[in-house]
Amino acid sequence: MNMTGAEILIECLKREGVQVMFGYPGGAVLPIFDKLYDADIRFILTRHEQAAAHAADGYARATGKVGVCIATSGPGATNLTTGIANAYMDSIPIVAITGQVKTFLIGNDAFQEADVTGITRPITKHNYLVKRTEDLARIIREAFHIASTGRPGPVLIDIPVDVQQKDVEFIWPEEIKIRGYNPTYFGHPGQIKKAAKFISQAKKPIIYAGGGIITSGAQRELKELAEKIQAPVVLTLMGLGGFPSSHPLSLGMLGMHGTVYANLAIQNADLIITCGARFDDRVTGRLDAFAPYAKIIHIDIDPASISKNVKVDVPIVGDAKNVLGQLLEEINKVPDTSDWLKLIEGWKKKYPLMYEVKGKIKPQYVIEQIYQVTNGEAIICTEVGQNQMWAAQWYKYNYPRSFISSGGLGTMGFGFPAAMGAKVGQPEKIVFDIAGDGSIQMNIQELATCVCNKINVKVAILNNGYLGMVRQWQELFYKKRYSHTCLYNPDFVKLAQAYGAEGIRVTKKEEVRPAIEKALEIDNAVFIDFHIEPEENVYPMVPAGEAIDRMIGGMA
Amino acid sequence: MRHTLSLLVENKPGVLARIAGLFSARGYNIASLAVSETLDPSISYMTMVVEAEDERVLEQIKKQLNRLIDVVTVTDFTKKEHIDRELILVKVFCSQKDITKLEALLKKYVAKIIYHKIDIAIIEAVDEQEKIKQLIEALKPFGIKELVRTGRIAVAY
Repeated sequence: MNMTGAEILIECLKREGVQVMFGYPGGAVLPIFDKLYDADIRFILTRHEQAAAHAADGYARATGKVGVCIATSGPGATNLTTGIANAYMDSIPIVAITGQVKTFLIGNDAFQEADVTGITRPITKHNYLVKRTEDLARIIREAFHIASTGRPGPVLIDIPVDVQQKDVEFIWPEEIKIRGYNPTYFGHPGQIKKAAKFISQAKKPIIYAGGGIITSGAQRELKELAEKIQAPVVLTLMGLGGFPSSHPLSLGMLGMHGTVYANLAIQNADLIITCGARFDDRVTGRLDAFAPYAKIIHIDIDPASISKNVKVDVPIVGDAKNVLGQLLEEINKVPDTSDWLKLIEGWKKKYPLMYEVKGKIKPQYVIEQIYQVTNGEAIICTEVGQNQMWAAQWYKYNYPRSFISSGGLGTMGFGFPAAMGAKVGQPEKIVFDIAGDGSIQMNIQELATCVCNKINVKVAILNNGYLGMVRQWQELFYKKRYSHTCLYNPDFVKLAQAYGAEGIRVTKKEEVRPAIEKALEIDNAVFIDFHIEPEENVYPMVPAGEAIDRMIGGMA
Repeated sequence: MRHTLSLLVENKPGVLARIAGLFSARGYNIASLAVSETLDPSISYMTMVVEAEDERVLEQIKKQLNRLIDVVTVTDFTKKEHIDRELILVKVFCSQKDITKLEALLKKYVAKIIYHKIDIAIIEAVDEQEKIKQLIEALKPFGIKELVRTGRIAVAY
């Protein structure tokens, strides 16, 4: 059967199981949008292409499916790039489709032309410029396969207008053959044996787990392993939800704003079992002082993550779920960790996460209240900065895919559109975006998208009138010289109302909980503008470049 | 230290840019690079000489190359028995009276004069790196006007 390139694209998306797309039209994608007009795919028109990419990303994180976004050539595509880079850093499967000028105009500085495959080469797992309509179906299949398998990531498909228009025979490729792409899913048996031996001989083992647990769906295996060998578990920001916070073996998050006991535990461990994490600098602090007594087992699906930052004793390439399963089978002698757990219990009592309850509304209190009101069942998205760290510290995540945050790239403006994507993917769930007054203004136009599409997300703005995290660093390391971090803000309540959403302002502590409850009753997007203590800091904190057990705040 | 890697890659537009981008993004340097089609026209063969200060950097380079979808295989010749060759063309100053001297010198190498007119000679040489280095040194007294080299190509036993 003959079809145009645009028809082939829609047909292939449907066959890949795509139910929803986020995007923005333009000249170079008109043939595709004409087919979308009556296609059986929900289309969410964002108000900025960057938000479309973040929404696809949030959708992918909340559902585990591939998120899809689309934009026109030139500026449409360049606006997607922040979202693509964000997905790349956090290994999130998205497929980004961009229009391109006609093939014979490529390289001519045509209207709205940009070298999009060139621009996105270092921020995609792979990308394609489609030169022949005949190749389109195969490329789309490959793109979805590459995006969602191995270590996932964004794939971009750049489609010139004439390729969208040309009529060719449609052939659905049943098989995918990519000779340079064969991810390893099962751990090498020799290495598994070695790891099991190390584990049985350990006295102070600790499990350090990251986003790979969530991607792989390995939460059950992780819990079984922790319980079997009685090892405490620390999580990265990306790993939150991968191991229940309420579990007695949970030490919460480690790293720059991790708990004191998580950092002390990793620094004193004699064996670190790393799973789906990559020893990021925000986790390790000063590298040469990181975990000085520990042997390291590193399980990761990406060989390039292993021995990149720290030297690893037992490298295991494979999918977290499979490898943990293999390990569980292999381990027959479990270590006695009772003294170790007692030591950690002491640290937990001595250095709990805490904040001072006085003055204006405390942001930590707001997060605690959101946790209580939602019963810990919500999906929490965050922006970047203090709001993100408080959300990571003070909400207890017991389920995978319940915490959605820009970890690697640290993109302000991510949380709100990501929350839209999450809500579209999980309409039954309560979805919150924990925002700062700075971050929320980076994609605030998406209020219109929420209202038009009845995407009922709740935004808790922790409004301190500052770019809080930068101000905190200026306070601690730049002699309180608050250079360009004090914000003049609009009236967020009126602004929300102007878009047709709802706004609630909260200035007193006793109003916090009722405001959250009211927001949940409103069948609309809601901004809750919490006027919080302006100079509250995120503690504990490891100053950049220090060893991670040299924390300020929380150890006094 | 310099290492020779060979890559089998998809013969498609943009593949070289991906590989070059991988190096530039991490601040690694490519000392030489030779690319050509193989018997299978859908695959190209690349021989690259890279500089890596230690084993860890070399490992990262290989892993990152392997991560590229368009890279089919990566072979490291550092610890592998192999033969490598480089072809050079050298333009030297050489008058009629010096030509016998030049010919005598070249007998020690896999090299020949492929052009000679008035006071210019062009020499073609194919050899392993050490020999090529020696030859270039030996030619310096004549006065080298131009030197063009292909970069190393290598094949395992």
